[in-house]
Amino acid sequence: MKKKAFKAALPHTLPICIGFLFLGMSYGFLMRSKGFSFVYPMLMSLFIFAGSMEFVTVNLLLSAFNPLYAFFLALMVNARHLFYGISMLEKYKNTGWKKIYLIFGMCDESFSINCTVTPPKDIDKGWFMFFVTLLNQIYWVTGATLGALLGYVIHFDTTGIEFIMTALFVVMFINQWEEHKEHGPALIGLGCSLVCLLLFGADRFILPAMALIILCFTFNGSKLRKETEK
Amino acid sequence: MTGMQSIITIFAVILGTMLTRFLPFFIFPEGKVPPKFITYLGTVLPYAVIGLLVVYCVKDALWTSFHGLPELIAILFIIVIHKWKKCTLLSIGAGTILYMVLVQTCFR
Repeated sequence: MKKKAFKAALPHTLPICIGFLFLGMSYGFLMRSKGFSFVYPMLMSLFIFAGSMEFVTVNLLLSAFNPLYAFFLALMVNARHLFYGISMLEKYKNTGWKKIYLIFGMCDESFSINCTVTPPKDIDKGWFMFFVTLLNQIYWVTGATLGALLGYVIHFDTTGIEFIMTALFVVMFINQWEEHKEHGPALIGLGCSLVCLLLFGADRFILPAMALIILCFTFNGSKLRKETEK
Repeated sequence: MTGMQSIITIFAVILGTMLTRFLPFFIFPEGKVPPKFITYLGTVLPYAVIGLLVVYCVKDALWTSFHGLPELIAILFIIVIHKWKKCTLLSIGAGTILYMVLVQTCFR
């Protein structure tokens, strides 16, 4: 049963494999170029297992010590998981002990496969989702570790390499922009953050920006609800 | 940051991340339906957060000697190349290399 589920899960994860290996490697390499041992990216990719937040954490580790800020930033950056969770409440039901791991390893990519793919009837859906999640995590951790190890061997002027994080988010922003006709949410995010950056400065704009974003959506949301009630 | 402080920071990040993953399953045990506002936030927040992260990435650049000019050039380049080729890894790689060349040569 396990073998069958693995065979069904593997092809769905292969496209993710390439992306995760490359992005993971660049993350590991970035960590190494900032002077961290390969153990850091290895354990961080294993336990945080949230790509964007891992890139952000490189920055956090290089600035002043502030764990509370790190905690809130992680909450906000990963807030989307809350909603993945809500959509997976039904699907993860009755999967036994695997449920804990399915929740722990619920990254964007695993979520999108588990949410959209229905495995064939003769395959156990719990094991199928388990292998999707596990394989994706293996790709990511392998990439991050390999990238950091590569950093020990390859040496060149890495000034500016941290821009990979900016590049990643800009590309994600464009992808989302083209995926959806409704640009309001993206503009609210960008606008609130820019306004707060100018008002509060680089070191303390994040929390006010988060609050302002939620406030905008509260306002917007109640307006939307009134419209649908009519 | 000392080694211990790094580990505490990483733990704080792990805690925050795991909270976002496990919370729904604690709050809405089998059968309970989440309120409308929460599901609404679920549809819009992912889009807003990426905008926030873009700004987060360039936050320090504005106050440097070039006021974010190399960042701006590289971002415009990424937009063009991504609109043209639509290949995520290519856009990220090419954009990063251009930025590295810029800050290592013209904008030292």
